[in-house]
Amino acid sequence: MPTTEPDPIATDNAVSGEEHPVLTERLAREQPLEGLPPLVQTPSQTVGPFFGFSLPYDGGPELVPPASPGSVRLHGTVRDGAGTPVPDAIIELWQPDADGRMVQEPGSRHRARGVFTGFGRAAVDAGGHYEFTTVVPGATGDGPRWALLTLFARGLAHHLFTRAYFVAEGEAEPTDSLLSGVAEDRRGTLLARQDTATSYRFDITLQGEGETVFLDYPAAAR
Amino acid sequence: MTAEPTQDDITREIQEKQREAAERGIPSRHPSRDFAPYRSSILRHPTHELVKTDPEEIERTTPAFGHIDVDPYESDLTIQHPGEPLGERIIVEGRVVDGDGRPVRNQLIEIWQANASGRYIHKRDQHPAPLDPNFTGVGRALTGDDGSYRFVTIKPGPYPWGNHRNAWRPAHIHFSLFGNAFTERLVTQMYFPGDPLFALDPIYQSIPDQAARDRLISTYDHNLSVPEWALGYRWDIVLTGATATWMEDEHADH
Ligand SMILES: [Fe+3]
Repeated sequence: MPTTEPDPIATDNAVSGEEHPVLTERLAREQPLEGLPPLVQTPSQTVGPFFGFSLPYDGGPELVPPASPGSVRLHGTVRDGAGTPVPDAIIELWQPDADGRMVQEPGSRHRARGVFTGFGRAAVDAGGHYEFTTVVPGATGDGPRWALLTLFARGLAHHLFTRAYFVAEGEAEPTDSLLSGVAEDRRGTLLARQDTATSYRFDITLQGEGETVFLDYPAAAR
Repeated sequence: MTAEPTQDDITREIQEKQREAAERGIPSRHPSRDFAPYRSSILRHPTHELVKTDPEEIERTTPAFGHIDVDPYESDLTIQHPGEPLGERIIVEGRVVDGDGRPVRNQLIEIWQANASGRYIHKRDQHPAPLDPNFTGVGRALTGDDGSYRFVTIKPGPYPWGNHRNAWRPAHIHFSLFGNAFTERLVTQMYFPGDPLFALDPIYQSIPDQAARDRLISTYDHNLSVPEWALGYRWDIVLTGATATWMEDEHADH
């Protein structure tokens, strides 16, 4: 692009009073330039009702093959503020492997046998129920074992993040800085509790009684 | 039984919500999850404040996608069937960058859209407009080393959606994007310049700030248009994950 043309990102930022006279150059060099304000976030919009022919894919919910050694089911029901199951939500799972490593392996959309990518995607069924086949995530540090869940749905203008902390039957409840900062009566919404030998249950309530704790990351944001 | 809201009712509600947001001092660059003019949000927005968390390694990383995941042909939505789809052929091109302008490289972009008549290939789409046997409306691509992407598709039509009487969505393409960290994950919609439906649409208007809304509108770029073949639209995307707070001085004037 000739440098005399207005850069669309720069133009957008100029609208909010942030000038980026050398933005095109900055992008061309692929280097952050010191002292410039950060670029401004592109806003979210709802996933809408009609993602079903695009986002779900074969094998999306199966991070490991069903019934493979060490595999568990992570499942639950998504409900709205009236307690009604949400039939048009889609959930993404992002987690470490069983040893607590965040792997960087392609193949989440076309899975190769034996390759764990850490990412999965599951649409809920007509009863609002979702189900992944995965491994219990290992701890990435000294803390507890948990996975990140991201929820998208019609009616949700911006997705919601939450964490599922895995608690085996008879195991003490985990603690870390997030859990200890959450009111005690809401902490349980972050726990994926073992419900059979090879299954953990994590229900999600969008609103009202038992509302799931959802997360925001101001420190990560620019 | 309450009467079905009219467009005037919804437009009035939108204006009230935006006035409230302006008075509060706009808290977010993203839309309000609690935005009653968009009726489906009423029972689906959390009522508790989101819990502020320092991202850990899981949230600071993001999945890797590669050529095993996406075929290069998937970025052309006009060649997925034996015949040519109906409608206005367009090219959509842009870059995906983070807040420092660093490209989001080799990352998955997924798009989906209605056909030229405003009809989705989706069993629950009841709009009595024709399906196009030569158009599915699903595309995927990996960004290049400079964060660039390019799709060839058909300009989608507006469609009715039942939120209120005579509710029509402005023409849009849905985008799903992964950033350099999972906190930057984004699902959004790209719009086309000059759409007369913008002011009437509670989904578009759920974003409280005009400058932020403008960022969802692509730019017609004649240099991108290909003679005798297709019109070009440019749309760049910034992924920072930012939900919160305008800088103090940015809103000193409200
Ligand atoms: Fe749509």
